[in-house]
Amino acid sequence: MTTPRPAETLASATEATPQPTDWPLWEVFVRSRRGLSHTHAGSLHAPDAEMALRNARDLYTRRSEGVSIWVVPSAQVTASSPDEKDAFFEPAGDKPYRHPTFYEIPDGVHHL
Amino acid sequence: MNVTATPALPLGDDALILSHRLGEWAGRAPVLEEEVALANIALDLLGQARVLLSLAGDEDELAFLREERQFRNLQLVEQPNGDFAHTIARQLYFSTYQELLFEHLAAGESELAPLAAKAVKEVAYHRDHAHQWTLRLGDGTDESHARMQHALDALWRFTGELFEPVEGLEAAPWPTLHDTWTTRITSTLEQATLTVPEGPQRGGWAAGAGRQGLHTEPFGRLLAEMQHLHRSHPGATW
Repeated sequence: MTTPRPAETLASATEATPQPTDWPLWEVFVRSRRGLSHTHAGSLHAPDAEMALRNARDLYTRRSEGVSIWVVPSAQVTASSPDEKDAFFEPAGDKPYRHPTFYEIPDGVHHL
Repeated sequence: MNVTATPALPLGDDALILSHRLGEWAGRAPVLEEEVALANIALDLLGQARVLLSLAGDEDELAFLREERQFRNLQLVEQPNGDFAHTIARQLYFSTYQELLFEHLAAGESELAPLAAKAVKEVAYHRDHAHQWTLRLGDGTDESHARMQHALDALWRFTGELFEPVEGLEAAPWPTLHDTWTTRITSTLEQATLTVPEGPQRGGWAAGAGRQGLHTEPFGRLLAEMQHLHRSHPGATW
């Protein structure tokens, strides 16, 4: 039987002890009490969705009542690529028929 | 020091001392998010302590100038933090108790009703936090399961005192509160694959005379640290 060298001991100890960094990253979206939509508030680490919600409540809402929180694993978010920006977002300003600006909005319609 | 005889004093002492214990976690929690959660709970409890102690006298005098024998907090809340599981077990036992007691007080018409109505929402969150962590530690790894079970067992003998009638609140339904408490704790522990500790909660074997001013040994050191500055500079304002 050989005594493990210090380096090996260290390696196995590291494997056996999950590090806090194993906690995945979550993106937090908050809708404030009078807010109309959820806004990205920031991100945090949590072991699962339930704890992510609770952490988000502590970190981003200060427990104001009447707010709604969404948490999403960051890995689930697909982002547009900055390289494709032009093709994605260049507004077709010379094609006015693409923009629905020719309508009168009735008074009773909000948030359009 | 003018101290009014009121149940606000023992309940305020519970909140003050547990708040101090949780404050000791600052900078030492397992992860940053948990650091914030523990500090949040500590702040809630300190807020409750301030209101409650103010009902009994001057909050600063009561916190900083009383001797150990004059404190009326439960022995449970003065227990050292230990490992994370010990802190969670202590919080689970206490928050479940505090939530039930405050629900009862909020429904009444005593001077404590307005504070209890406000605090019960905070305490529901504290209990949920402890519940969530009990599930994760109990049903986590072998190591976390063993630690959580050990913490629950170690603190069990302090739980009998929770249901000794508080002076001024003798009319509260203590046996019913105890039954509901046991049901809730049992439910959480079963869900967490843990075993409800065995052994008497009261009597010679069990601990608990904090309400009479008899405290465990670590409490003196807690007070020494908490009161040091005030006693070194009596009468100072800050």
